[in-house]
Amino acid sequence: MAQALEQDPDFDVILGMGTKEPRVALERAEFVRSDQAYSILSRIVRATHVDTIIHTFVITNTSEASNRTLHETNVIGTMNLLAAAGQRGSLVRQVVVKSSSTVYGATENDPVWFREETPRSKSVRSRLERSLIDVEQLVKDFAEDNPATVVSMVRCANVLGSEIVTPLSSNLARKFAPVIDGFDPLVQFVHESDVVECLLHLTRKRIPGLYNLAGDGKIPWSEVLGICGTKAIRLPAYGTMNIASILVHLGLIHFTPEMEPLLRYGRGVDTTRIKRTGFEPRYTTAGTVRNFIKAMRLARNMGKEPPSYTFEQDIEQFFRHSPAVVRS
Amino acid sequence: MAIDNASGRAPGRAPGRAQSGKREAQALSPDPECSREETLLVPVQSPQDTTASGNGSASVDQDRLGDVDEWGRSEHMRAIMRQLMDPFYNHWFRVEWEGLDKIPREGGALLVANHAGAIPPDAPIIIHGIEKELGRPVYGLADYWFRTIPFVNVMWSRMGGVTAHPDNALRIMRDNRQLALVFPEGTKATSKTFSDRYRLRRFGRGGFVEIAMRAGAPIIPLAVVGAEEAMPILFRVPGIASMLNLPYFPITGNMLAFGPVLGPLGWFLYFPSKIKIKVLDPIHYDVEPDQERYSRSFVMEEAEQVRTMIQDALYDMLRDRKSAFLG
Repeated sequence: MAQALEQDPDFDVILGMGTKEPRVALERAEFVRSDQAYSILSRIVRATHVDTIIHTFVITNTSEASNRTLHETNVIGTMNLLAAAGQRGSLVRQVVVKSSSTVYGATENDPVWFREETPRSKSVRSRLERSLIDVEQLVKDFAEDNPATVVSMVRCANVLGSEIVTPLSSNLARKFAPVIDGFDPLVQFVHESDVVECLLHLTRKRIPGLYNLAGDGKIPWSEVLGICGTKAIRLPAYGTMNIASILVHLGLIHFTPEMEPLLRYGRGVDTTRIKRTGFEPRYTTAGTVRNFIKAMRLARNMGKEPPSYTFEQDIEQFFRHSPAVVRS
Repeated sequence: MAIDNASGRAPGRAPGRAQSGKREAQALSPDPECSREETLLVPVQSPQDTTASGNGSASVDQDRLGDVDEWGRSEHMRAIMRQLMDPFYNHWFRVEWEGLDKIPREGGALLVANHAGAIPPDAPIIIHGIEKELGRPVYGLADYWFRTIPFVNVMWSRMGGVTAHPDNALRIMRDNRQLALVFPEGTKATSKTFSDRYRLRRFGRGGFVEIAMRAGAPIIPLAVVGAEEAMPILFRVPGIASMLNLPYFPITGNMLAFGPVLGPLGWFLYFPSKIKIKVLDPIHYDVEPDQERYSRSFVMEEAEQVRTMIQDALYDMLRDRKSAFLG
């Protein structure tokens, strides 16, 4: 994300925040390490006169986070971030939040396509969904309390890409992926680069609102496995979670509570609204899957290199800090 | 797994809820011998190519492997199904259409039909007939209950079954400009006993009319005669239904007639009743499309109008019918 921002000369100062050091070398961006709940944000906002916040730290991968971490990061983190953005004297004029289409849930009553205003069909089942709904509520409240601030939120379909790790991507990158026996739902994916491009698009053009984001089309889960050349581990349709958790413990598959309804009923979001703002995702759903698996095959052969700029680290350092380099 | 059955539905959700019966017994036993009518394998042409497009763009996606469209329908599997079903369509039910030319060759439209039979044969027959005669795909709007059953849900979806959600119906007719088939009576019609045959039940809450208005699509009423006799229900056993989480559990004439000979397989064998389908005059609504809502009383009135049309047509057809099996 920060790399993409750096390419744009309109952004003077870029400040990254996270709980882990960034994996990529950043050219202009500065990075601040923070705790889980981003409690120091209010000081940073005051100190740096930030005017735009792009909020992408919401956890959607529950296999890697405990319930406590999930709540602290998503709900409390967002709360602190928005509190910092909305504090007195804050210069924040735009907040862009990445959410997930998981907020719609996945049930048999669902429409084939969710529009932004379509309500959920059934009550909330998983912790992740509840936490994301809480996050969205906080963002909506913030937008209401700060009418002068441009607030936009993107609900991304399941993201795939060479850099992002999700429960689905880790399954697809392996030899076996779970399938619920007797179900072949239609699923939707969006490429990670399209997510970044979309957030940038909303940031640059200062477009407020709530948007769905997904690659065009919906394809059956079996076809996803076909494109990836992944074989199916068939889970029984009844008692799915019990069998799945055994296989997870054996390390054969990744399986989260959110995947169960998804692999049963699938989910689709309608992207008409984001397209009307002039954004067109580069990859279709099938294209996303194909691009993802190609990147995975390359990584399998070449080893997983950290994604980086074209030049070596020390040359970058030289260009960045040496007094010999003439800076305009 | 929680399955909402007929009695436990969330109120205020889907209009024109209907049940479509797919004959699983046939579907699960592919017969390679059935390849005599090659014409049935010719793909059904849709006016716009919507098979590989998502969210409105009409280009074919090079990255796809299969031909399952965004609704889950697979033309390839439909073609196989058409081959399997055609002998039944021609020789078992001897289906006869009247007024097929009233169904538009292009553009969205809502087919509204009466529903009957414990495992209703009318939905697959109507879909088969229109695809065969007009070469247009038909999406059958049906109860979401189908989506919860392993294997059946995949088969149902590939055959063109779609959950009866207002958004789905609207998108099929308005955006994809395709035909949608709905049975507004829903399971109220398929669960009725033989003594109530050809007496139309309540047409839902008229939601199907509202969707047609919103989509700017005509309603084409269909009157189906013969499905009632294909699998008549003698009585229902509610205890078994709630135990198995089924909308209803019928004791059918077929069970008693074929059951002793064929065992459980006989439960799924239809009586060879003659099926006649009459296409009634399309109804165009002179209202502004894409409205959030329409006058409730107007919608209810129009829904009742459609119901009366089909009921009257049924009486006419039954007056002319000499025998349930010979027509």
